[in-house]
Amino acid sequence: MRLYGKYMLILLKCQMQYKTSFILTAIGQFLSSFSAFLGIYFMMTRFNAVNGFTLEEVMLCFAAVLMAFSLAECFFRGFDTFSTIISNGEFDRILVRPRNEIFQVLASKMEFTRIGRLFQAVLVFCYAIPASGIHWTFDKIATLILMIVGGIGVFCGLFIIYAALCFFTTEGLEVMNILTDGGREFGKYPLSVYGKGILKFFTYAVPHALFQYYPLLYLTDRSDSKLYMLLPLLALGFLIPCLIIWKIGVRHYRSTGS
Amino acid sequence: MIHLEGICKTFRVARRQAGFSQAVKALFRREYALVHALRDVSFSVSKGEMVGYIGPNGAGKSSTIKIMSGILTPDRGKCQINGLTPWEQRRRHAASIGVVFGQRSQLWWDVPVADSFLLLRDIYRMDKDTFKKSQDELVTLFQLSEIIQTPARQLSLGQRMRCEIAASLLHRPEILFLDEPTIGLDAVSKIAVRNFIKQINKERGTTVILTTHDMQDIEALTERIILIGKGRILKDGSLADLKKHCSSFKTLAVEYSEGDPVSDAYIANLPGLSLQSAVAGRAVFTLDTQTLSVSSAVTALSQRAELTDLTITGATAEEMVVSLYKEYQI
Amino acid sequence: MKAYRAFFRIRFTAGLQYRAAAVAGIMTQFAWGFLSILLFSAFYKANPAAFPMEFSQLASYIWLQQALLAIFMPWYLDNEIFALIQSGSLAYELVRPLDVYNFWFVKNLALRLSRAVLRSFPILFVAALLPAPYGLTAPSGINAFLLFLGSAVLSFMLVVSFCMLVYIATIYTMSPLGIRVAALAATELLTGSIIPLPFFPDKVLAIVRLTPFAAMQDLPFRIYSGHVAGSEVWPALALQAFWLVLLFLLGRAWLAKGLRKVAIQGG
Repeated sequence: MRLYGKYMLILLKCQMQYKTSFILTAIGQFLSSFSAFLGIYFMMTRFNAVNGFTLEEVMLCFAAVLMAFSLAECFFRGFDTFSTIISNGEFDRILVRPRNEIFQVLASKMEFTRIGRLFQAVLVFCYAIPASGIHWTFDKIATLILMIVGGIGVFCGLFIIYAALCFFTTEGLEVMNILTDGGREFGKYPLSVYGKGILKFFTYAVPHALFQYYPLLYLTDRSDSKLYMLLPLLALGFLIPCLIIWKIGVRHYRSTGS
Repeated sequence: MIHLEGICKTFRVARRQAGFSQAVKALFRREYALVHALRDVSFSVSKGEMVGYIGPNGAGKSSTIKIMSGILTPDRGKCQINGLTPWEQRRRHAASIGVVFGQRSQLWWDVPVADSFLLLRDIYRMDKDTFKKSQDELVTLFQLSEIIQTPARQLSLGQRMRCEIAASLLHRPEILFLDEPTIGLDAVSKIAVRNFIKQINKERGTTVILTTHDMQDIEALTERIILIGKGRILKDGSLADLKKHCSSFKTLAVEYSEGDPVSDAYIANLPGLSLQSAVAGRAVFTLDTQTLSVSSAVTALSQRAELTDLTITGATAEEMVVSLYKEYQI
Repeated sequence: MKAYRAFFRIRFTAGLQYRAAAVAGIMTQFAWGFLSILLFSAFYKANPAAFPMEFSQLASYIWLQQALLAIFMPWYLDNEIFALIQSGSLAYELVRPLDVYNFWFVKNLALRLSRAVLRSFPILFVAALLPAPYGLTAPSGINAFLLFLGSAVLSFMLVVSFCMLVYIATIYTMSPLGIRVAALAATELLTGSIIPLPFFPDKVLAIVRLTPFAAMQDLPFRIYSGHVAGSEVWPALALQAFWLVLLFLLGRAWLAKGLRKVAIQGG
């Protein structure tokens, strides 16, 4: 953990060497998520509700997913950009160092410009948390935090799968964008709006709904099942198969090289 | 200390052909080819040795280094380094080796070199005193005191390479793998880097394995050479032995005013004499003195052309390698 | 002209090499379109009266948008040109016996076309097979289809003219990042990439319609499905043509000035 802090410090120093670029990229991140927000705002003011959810409720959902995604992108960037780590030989370097591979991949890349997106999420929270009319008990606050934590876990798991696939091929992996970028874009709305089939897919195949739709039901008093509040923790279990796939990938790399 | 036995490694690569119709065809069906990167590679290196590992591009040099440093797992064969199998006990093994990839940097690009060193200290779990002693030693030896506070991206290639090598030596590895450490360096930097490697080998007793295309590296650094071609070890011996083997080869350069020894059928068919290069009025031959004596070669040439100048030189390491490559057709 | 044709051929062949990438792109865009339509169908169910167009018109809009992504998306920029400007080798472009503006323009057309050709047809084909009202419907008439084609060509060139301004601005700022950020933020929302323009609030829409961004993809898509038809089409097309000519001329003049600067100061 101490070593992780050291890595973080050195990466922060590196990115601060290019201050203008850093600030502009962060602004760009903010603006693009602001556009997404305006899209929601326009739609919700025109239709008032979707699938029974109000603007404020959708905003809570949007901000939680956005925050989870931007934190995952910031701290698990190494997996997200793993194809370059392989192609520029950085992974060879990682393997000749006496530390765990996963730790090194995590620690070697962090993308602090995602603060732009994070800021947008915070702004939306600032408005939606009081405006949603939710009575914020301890349980509700815990649910919201669990949603974000679970989201970080699921996005991180998807990045790890993407990285593991890079060991086999780098072609055609943009399909994964449906689950990562798509998860962010379409996760703006509670996943039930896409119909039962899609909801099932995002519950059993990839667990987006576990940190998004179900806890939101609890949060907005549509359900009082404590289980829904704790489902984001189950979503973290998604990391286990992801790590297994990663292990298989590393073994494959060792036997083929770059 | 290092022991390789019967190492084999095969890669599968997609075959790609040029042209529009081929590209369309490849859309539906792809052909693969098996590349035997290493076939039955065996050798041993003892502590404190410096070994030059040479061969043309694609011969299997990098694959061998990657196997010995734990990056790749071979298909078959045994490899024991300090009693460890690199790809099985990767982390323990990694703590006792240093690796320099000449074309890739391990320093953090935008921060002073000293910061990179500090992070490496933590990665290799060195205590403060050991680190300080080792760093001071390397800074003096590699003359880094003036550049250690500069960000890596502002260093010249030669300065950076010195820092790279120092970075891989900080944790006092017992073995140092160098993959083309002098690539792209100017003459002065090359000599400096060679001297540093030599000194480290002498002072710390570090075992050094070095791949290179620069024969002056070999001549300056190593006593022992392992030649690899098409995935097989072709020669393993001392530089002196190899030179002796090749000393029967001489280079014969002639200048001439009349006649044409270059396109002459008689000269072309003369055993032991082969054309290296030619421009109008000047030709360079390689002469195998075991087949054809110097005097008969000179006689033959002077019969066919009016010679105005003639020089005969013995084999350099460079030519030795060229003739070895030719001999093994790699 | 021959040089341009040869260039297009090379691009296209190179594009074919990456079959997996193409298949992946098709699947991604298809999934994207599919989810978007499901989302809008939820809104439709919530309040059909608030829907600004027929649902089948929206479906066609989304499918055309996804299938022709490479043609109309302003953020699909040519990194080679940025690299050229940043590395300072722009001066070498002056050595070639080609008009720099035309060359870059055609290069961008080729880049986008070669990418779109492979990807658009499978998406359009599958989308056309989907049951109504979720699929791509036939254009609202032969007349509408011809107008769509004309407007699409204008849009295509308008998008590239806009990209040209982004490249040219880089000659002055040297770093593409800020310009890219600004261009991206402006275009993503205003072209209708996030939600189709008819879903904007009326007052906002009235202003957006006057900008060149509304002519970059929204117009041809709406002509196709008959959302805009009859006497409304011609003024919209005229505005589109006006923006194209303006951006084109502006780009040429600005580039000429930029190149003079390069020629005097060195790249």
